[in-house]
Amino acid sequence: MALRDLSSSSSSPELHVLAVDDSFVDRKVLERLLKISACKVTTVESGTRALQYLGLDGDNGSSGLKDLKVNLIVTDYSMPGLTGYELLKKIKESSALREIPVVIMSSENIQPRIEQCMIEGAEEFLLKPVKLADVKRLKELIMRGGEAEEGKTKKLSPKRILQNDIDSSPSSSSSTSSSSSSHDVSSLDDDTPSSKRIKLESRG
Amino acid sequence: MQRQVALIKQSLFDQGYLDEQFMELEELQDDANPNFVEEVSALYFKDSARLINNIDQALERGSFDFNRLDSYMHQFKGSSTSIGASKVKAECTTFREYCRAGNAEGCLRTFQQLKKEHSTLRKKLEHYFQLARQAGPKETARRPK
Repeated sequence: MALRDLSSSSSSPELHVLAVDDSFVDRKVLERLLKISACKVTTVESGTRALQYLGLDGDNGSSGLKDLKVNLIVTDYSMPGLTGYELLKKIKESSALREIPVVIMSSENIQPRIEQCMIEGAEEFLLKPVKLADVKRLKELIMRGGEAEEGKTKKLSPKRILQNDIDSSPSSSSSTSSSSSSHDVSSLDDDTPSSKRIKLESRG
Repeated sequence: MQRQVALIKQSLFDQGYLDEQFMELEELQDDANPNFVEEVSALYFKDSARLINNIDQALERGSFDFNRLDSYMHQFKGSSTSIGASKVKAECTTFREYCRAGNAEGCLRTFQQLKKEHSTLRKKLEHYFQLARQAGPKETARRPK
């Protein structure tokens, strides 16, 4: 029912998701979950490869970036080499990429780790194994965040505040925490993933 | 024959070899991707065979680098969780506990058990998938066409 709508809908744009995970099995499952949710998927096996793909590794010129247009990055936390957290930091430090929402996945429910990621600007923190319901919810979150992005320049106007009351997307709030004081309800720095989920669920 | 397939699957769940994650994966199958779970399973066994090999070699060397072993086991547990391999996952957890306790003896013992569970699951799943293919269109594909 809902799945059918997602895959046959031509009105909603396709999200291009970059999935980063060192596990073959997890990459395959994540790819399937995303494709079922009508997303275009690119999978890479490491944080380093992810940065290369995003054009951040220094070797490629920034001209490659415009063709890629990644709408969402989903990354595992524990990976050899660059961890998901380090990848998150690098993305948020980049002026070209910091607007891209980043979701962290982990098999371990470690509260300080979750907080660390959310503070660094992660959109969400998912516990593995990731389920279809998680991906669906994530997609909705990102799509709604995309609508907010378009009106970004009007962020501080009354209309935008009202919009942001129901919008749970942080939209790079970590770097603009002073302006988020006008978004009373969504004081996103304090949010934990669980409370975000509750917010979403209460809106039905 | 489909009933036989269903019964075999049910027993795998009842005996604790598989957990709900396996069902989650089956939900992802449809007419266009009827063998998704079998493909994931094949990938899992290929990947875990490699990990088992690495761990075997590390243990044979006699040097118990618990950090390295724990790291292998973290990967092993991860993929086992993703496919719903419940008993294998449990052995991984036990192994990691022994690693953290620096208990070499416990690691060795658990690893033998883990390999047994792994091998048993592999055989059972191979049998299950073989029968499921023979039985024809899967009952398990629940996503509407």
